Amino acid sequence: MNEALIIGLEPNAAAQQPWDVIVIGGGHAGCEAAGAAARSGAKTLLVTHKIETIGEMSCNPAIGGVGKGHLVREIDALDGYMGRVADLAGIQFRLLNRRKGPAVRGPRAQADRKLYRQAMQVAVADTEGLSVLAAAVEDLILKDGRIAGVETADGHILRAGAVVLTTGTFLDGLIHIGEERIPAGRHGEAPARRLSQRLYGLDLKLGRLKTGTPARLDGKTIAYERLEEQPGDQPPVPFSFLTTEITTPQTVCHITGTTEETIALIAANVTKSPVYSGQIAGVGPRYCPSIEDKVVRFPDRMRHQIFLEPEGLDDDTVYPNGISTSLPSDLQDAFIRTIPGLEDVRIIRPGYAIEYDYVDPRELLPNLESKKVPGLFLAGQINGTTGYEEAGGQGLVAGLNAARRAGYQDPVYFDRAEAYLGVMIDDLVTRGVSEPYRMFTARAEYRLSLRADNADQRLTPKGIAVGLVGATRARAFEAKMQDLEAARAVASRLNMTPNRAAHYGLMLNADGVRRNLFDLLAHPQIDFDKMAAIWPEIAAWPEPIRSQIETDAQYAGYLDRQDADIAAFRRDENFVLPSDIDYLSQPGLATEIRQKLQATRPVTLGQAARIDGMTPAALTQLLHIAKKAALAAE
Amino acid sequence: MTIYALATPVGRSALAVIRLSGTRAGDALKALTRKPLPTAREARVRPVFCPETGRELDQALVLWMPAPHSFTGEDCVEVHAHGGLAVVESILTALASIKGLRPAEAGEFTRRAVVNGRLDLTAAEAIGDLIDAETSAQQQQALRQMRGALGALYNGWRDRIKTALAHLEADIEFADEDLPGGLGQDALAGLDGLAEEIADHLADQRGERLRDGVSVAIIGSPNAGKSSIINILAKKDAAIVSPQAGTTRDVVEVSLVMAGVPVTIADTAGLRLSGDDIEMQGVVRAKRRAEEADIRLLVIAPDAPPGDAVDLLLAGDFCLGNKADLGPTKLKLPDGVRSVALSALTGQGVDAFQTILTETLGQRFGLAEQPALTRARHRAALEEALSYLQRADAARYRALELAAEDLRLASRALGRITGRVDIEALLDIVFADFCIGK
Repeated sequence: MNEALIIGLEPNAAAQQPWDVIVIGGGHAGCEAAGAAARSGAKTLLVTHKIETIGEMSCNPAIGGVGKGHLVREIDALDGYMGRVADLAGIQFRLLNRRKGPAVRGPRAQADRKLYRQAMQVAVADTEGLSVLAAAVEDLILKDGRIAGVETADGHILRAGAVVLTTGTFLDGLIHIGEERIPAGRHGEAPARRLSQRLYGLDLKLGRLKTGTPARLDGKTIAYERLEEQPGDQPPVPFSFLTTEITTPQTVCHITGTTEETIALIAANVTKSPVYSGQIAGVGPRYCPSIEDKVVRFPDRMRHQIFLEPEGLDDDTVYPNGISTSLPSDLQDAFIRTIPGLEDVRIIRPGYAIEYDYVDPRELLPNLESKKVPGLFLAGQINGTTGYEEAGGQGLVAGLNAARRAGYQDPVYFDRAEAYLGVMIDDLVTRGVSEPYRMFTARAEYRLSLRADNADQRLTPKGIAVGLVGATRARAFEAKMQDLEAARAVASRLNMTPNRAAHYGLMLNADGVRRNLFDLLAHPQIDFDKMAAIWPEIAAWPEPIRSQIETDAQYAGYLDRQDADIAAFRRDENFVLPSDIDYLSQPGLATEIRQKLQATRPVTLGQAARIDGMTPAALTQLLHIAKKAALAAE
Repeated sequence: MTIYALATPVGRSALAVIRLSGTRAGDALKALTRKPLPTAREARVRPVFCPETGRELDQALVLWMPAPHSFTGEDCVEVHAHGGLAVVESILTALASIKGLRPAEAGEFTRRAVVNGRLDLTAAEAIGDLIDAETSAQQQQALRQMRGALGALYNGWRDRIKTALAHLEADIEFADEDLPGGLGQDALAGLDGLAEEIADHLADQRGERLRDGVSVAIIGSPNAGKSSIINILAKKDAAIVSPQAGTTRDVVEVSLVMAGVPVTIADTAGLRLSGDDIEMQGVVRAKRRAEEADIRLLVIAPDAPPGDAVDLLLAGDFCLGNKADLGPTKLKLPDGVRSVALSALTGQGVDAFQTILTETLGQRFGLAEQPALTRARHRAALEEALSYLQRADAARYRALELAAEDLRLASRALGRITGRVDIEALLDIVFADFCIGK
């Protein structure tokens, strides 16, 4: 039923040539990894079971949000696919936190699943240096402890300088619907048992997590006329810095909610959920609880909001966001029908919980390369994260660094002060995860600087410098920066006295001091439109320039302070620790700290400081050890 | 490195205590006593030897306190030796010869206790205060702080900010969920009381004054009898008393304890214009001293009107009408200045004044009911936290993320007091003048 948009290679042809980078998996992490590797100049092969499912949105049909939208902008700033693809597939756009400040505004869109898949496949097909092979990878090939390639189920050996593994939840995945249990490898997909065994055999530390999904509903059987409509923004705010206009037709979502009857039914049957019967051991995300969790944890609350999200313009499937569940199918059917608008609904397929193993991301370096197997990179859900955006971001960093590893170039890191990508990867490799990891803006210490609107200014120059960004984006970026510089010069030049301001009805402190445009915009009662009425020359500024000037004005003072903090942070970040310290044999460190340091192997003193349980005493000692090691090396 | 130091004063005494802390402390004790370690935290008498020469040095009481149940949180040893100069010197020399040991730097034992999480910074500072305490009120204040009362107060405030911040963050992160409306604004409104509490705490000077001492300046015209008053208060001849005007050319100080508060009373040069250069300098210094004092006692007499000196008085100060035996002295005083009539010569009204002054000092600068601010370092951090809280409140309706930023900064400022963040830089400052716990 899916039109193939990519012509895959023949396995024999793929086996005949050595590859720089092989990416296993065609999900959100895999696509970005393959794209980033190819854009970096690596000869790249993306290996996936089915070419038709490249770019599949296997969970909810939405991209972005607060924190997640920031990640999409960063992927886009580095010329990744996700933003552009979401702009083509988006059918309802909303900028979240519009009434709050620019640092926490998050672009979000409902996406048409088919359009998303198609747009992703076109983007992959159009990428120079990127080939695709439909095959099941059965094993990794190691040579002298380093990655050398992969072996497919039909026995082909594919050689590569680096391999990126983006296999999602395939490690010992187990689906739960009530008491029913289904090994996740089944659903018509070839089980990658040998690959699992290989990974288990690499002695990587593993953990177990769970996540869930709601039932899918038939939209033709929903009584929309009785439900609240949620329209998108007009005009929609796109994800990509390159998108000027959204041309895909737009639609609406609907909002409903649970009733007393729903809650009573779930409460009475909660023991039939595998989480509460003790059947599931994995830890689920606190911020994305199942409806059973909500009922148990907030027993007095009767109405839990449910968004009915369309899965496509010409697809009647509806994703009821807010009622993920692993109750038995008949109970799902019963409780969903107690929800207004869904009384006569037909369930297309039931919801379920899935448990899976993940690799403790503390096994990885900040370039997402395995510490134990040089050349092997891991990205996405296999690292304990959740979400397309988190997966895509890791994929991009892993793909870029796999290409650099294959080309004998130094790794490229992103730090906490320049990108959410850096915050996420540092959190993962330093602290590990205890529940599926999702991005929040509160995770960023330098949130006011790491905004969705300035992702290009933060990252595109770096992307250009490392060869990750193509000519089209580089040109667009240069042009924007020139406009911005010109606008900032104008904003500094335009000014008025309080007397003059009073003439326009603006009440300022009558101190006779002239205010320039930045000063004026910092005033809570003054907005851009008022200023544009006074100075018509600024009315023509394009939206990105105008909002940048507004942000500069609003955050003045705060950003200076944050820059000082960033400078202090970078001092510690620039203190690189030798990679060959045997922490276990350091008598001056507490046993617990020794083990944590040995497990994490921090790259910098700053990273060491962020390890859980690290004490100032241990850090002082670490500094001492590192200086001694550096002296010995000379 | 394992550190060691003499914990008692240098010099001849009955006992001398030598402390060790660090991973080699146990080995060092074994080397000194040539015996296995005694049971943890049980005192044992052991002969002490020089590990190199085998010479016997002393018969000492030894204590073995393994980590983490020790003052520093590390393995600790105490050797209670006889306090002879040769005994102490020989044991310290013996320790120096053991590999992996070095003498402790000033304050290093306490520093290790802090970095190992055994003490918060306010408690560590209180150890210094406890050792320096000269009055029982100071002792009680230091003890209360050492036991964590002040740290608990500041951490409690920090927890309140963090709770509010969590609500703010929920409002920011979960914009598309049906959270209660105005969650962030409500959280900020909930902090209104905190800003007031911090402001009240800052306004209360009792802790600092009790720790650092209260300064009282005696001012007045020449020959009003200032020196006589200070002598009465000090009950000794601290200043030269002479009937000739202008005898006290400079600031003379007396230190005493009133209501448990250490008080420094400064007798200033008579405030008057004079052709004498030395006296002029004294007048300038006296004026400055009077302005900086916590309480001013203006001494006047029928034959010595105050002139400009009355302008220096503030609410809470006293005006002493001396030489009451010569008749009353009438003077218009600023609001809040109390007037007392007495005679330094006859002793009339002197006892009553001493009672009033003692009561006043106790009320204004004595031991507070609540844990009190004791240090300029705390004051600076609290002022910073307060200004961020106030800015957060101003940002409430403008940009929630700016309010959140301010709360983070406020929490960080408070955390700095107890040493939860920025600890290394902070420790360097705190421990620089910290010569205790050695």
